Amino acid sequence: MSEERTIELLIGPQHPSSGHMRLYAEVDGDIVVRLRPNIGYVHRTVEKLAETKKYIQIIPLVERPSLADTANHNLGYVLALEKLLGIEAPPRAQYLRTILAEMNRIHSHFYGLGIHGIMLGSSTIFMWGFADREIMIEMAQRLTGARLTYSYIIPGGVRRDLPQGFEDEMEKALRYIERRLKDYGKLFLRNPVTRARLEGVGVLKKEDAIKLGIVGPNLRASGVPYDVRKVQPYCAYPELEFDVAVREEGDSMARVLVRVEEIRQSMRIIRQVLKQIPDGPILSENYLKMIPPKWKEFVEKKGRIKFPAIMANLRPPKGEAFSRVEAARGELVYYIVSDGSVTPYRLRMVTPSFRNVVLFEHLIQGCRVADIPAIYGSLDYFPPEADR
Amino acid sequence: MGLSSENKIEDIAKKIAQSLQGLPIEISTKDEIITVNVKHENLVEVAKKLRGVGFDHVKSVTATDFPEQKELEVIYHVSSFGDLDLAKVIVALKTRLSSDDPRISSLIEIWPSSKYSEREQHEMLGIVFEGHPELERLLLPEDYEGPPPLRKEFKVKTEGIQG
Repeated sequence: MSEERTIELLIGPQHPSSGHMRLYAEVDGDIVVRLRPNIGYVHRTVEKLAETKKYIQIIPLVERPSLADTANHNLGYVLALEKLLGIEAPPRAQYLRTILAEMNRIHSHFYGLGIHGIMLGSSTIFMWGFADREIMIEMAQRLTGARLTYSYIIPGGVRRDLPQGFEDEMEKALRYIERRLKDYGKLFLRNPVTRARLEGVGVLKKEDAIKLGIVGPNLRASGVPYDVRKVQPYCAYPELEFDVAVREEGDSMARVLVRVEEIRQSMRIIRQVLKQIPDGPILSENYLKMIPPKWKEFVEKKGRIKFPAIMANLRPPKGEAFSRVEAARGELVYYIVSDGSVTPYRLRMVTPSFRNVVLFEHLIQGCRVADIPAIYGSLDYFPPEADR
Repeated sequence: MGLSSENKIEDIAKKIAQSLQGLPIEISTKDEIITVNVKHENLVEVAKKLRGVGFDHVKSVTATDFPEQKELEVIYHVSSFGDLDLAKVIVALKTRLSSDDPRISSLIEIWPSSKYSEREQHEMLGIVFEGHPELERLLLPEDYEGPPPLRKEFKVKTEGIQG
């Protein structure tokens, strides 16, 4: 009976919005009776490739799946690797890691807002989001030398110190973003069209969010105040003040508002980091002493690390390590098994988008076809990140 | 941080040991990771008990191939969202099974959050999670043929140039 009533609607895989994926929707009129995500179109075998690469070569590899959030992917991997090596980064490096992670969070949230905007038919928000993400891309470029794939965080520290005049430029950037957020409020967040499309749409209940293991802003918008930066603080987070953005509604609007609040909190963190950052080396003493004297002079003068030779052939002792960080889209976990050789025996990387993919079938079933983009966009789902 | 959080982890480890009393398991703690080794026959029972303690979701399901022992190791990394004290620790629920015909009960009934992770480990390592409703291809192409890619017998072809 149901076969006669319903038709199958295929959305994707040619880049329906945030990347290549396909949604199989079975629709009855314009009600979605069944929806299955079909993912894997951008699977790059990161876990298998990692078994053939040396530890230092894996840094650029794990960054690639999530272009808007490379610093957090870089950071999580290096934290796991440091546990294996028994190395810890000095305080200044911890602060520098934190600032880049937060800059990436702002960048990623603007990216998500922009994509969500175009999914709702607001090309203005798409243009705004993509233009305003440039601010943090530009600032990251000053700090790391790269726009998106920074490979900035290395075992034992970071590659570069703060460039001259960074604090002033950053203050300008943050003031600009503050002004812009007011515009977003007027044009998008309080817009009656936006609210009509998002409020009460795709409601994720608290107990379902927990049961399904949802992460990041999607979890916090359903009233669960879980944030790795608070629960198991790493880098400089124990010394910084910020609030975890939580909302109770669990609808698409709440997810957007949590992200906007997180942009504000990230700005608060960045200001504190620049005020409190301690002086000192940016690479662990264990590695600094291995840099030849001539290069060491360069390192001290320029604030740029010349890799000591040992980095090319890092051999962590036999064992395993697990790390978790709060990436922009949610909790990101790494698990590494070392057999004592120059490549990992097994690398497991579970990204926030992969954990959230279950939401498509959970939230969209029973909705109208027009709600598909509204909900999809609110999840800030990124196929390359999920497929790895 | 510091002593109090170490105490907390110890307390949680004790709580877990208590709830699993009488079952043939080994527990060890390192940093915030509490490892519970179980025989695969006891996996469901232990998982149910852990769920009862308050570990409400799976962060990742990881399988690793050990061809020399002809075994696969399966790890469920579980923790809690509902209880933020429990959230400080991660339980690594580990079990081993033969790699010739690896079968294991799916934990999807206990932890629905393991759904996609189990499906991924199924296609990447050839493990059959019995009772999983959708044990289909996930990330690999539909026409892929060959050994499960994350088994060690699958060799990545390279140009022979090591960077």
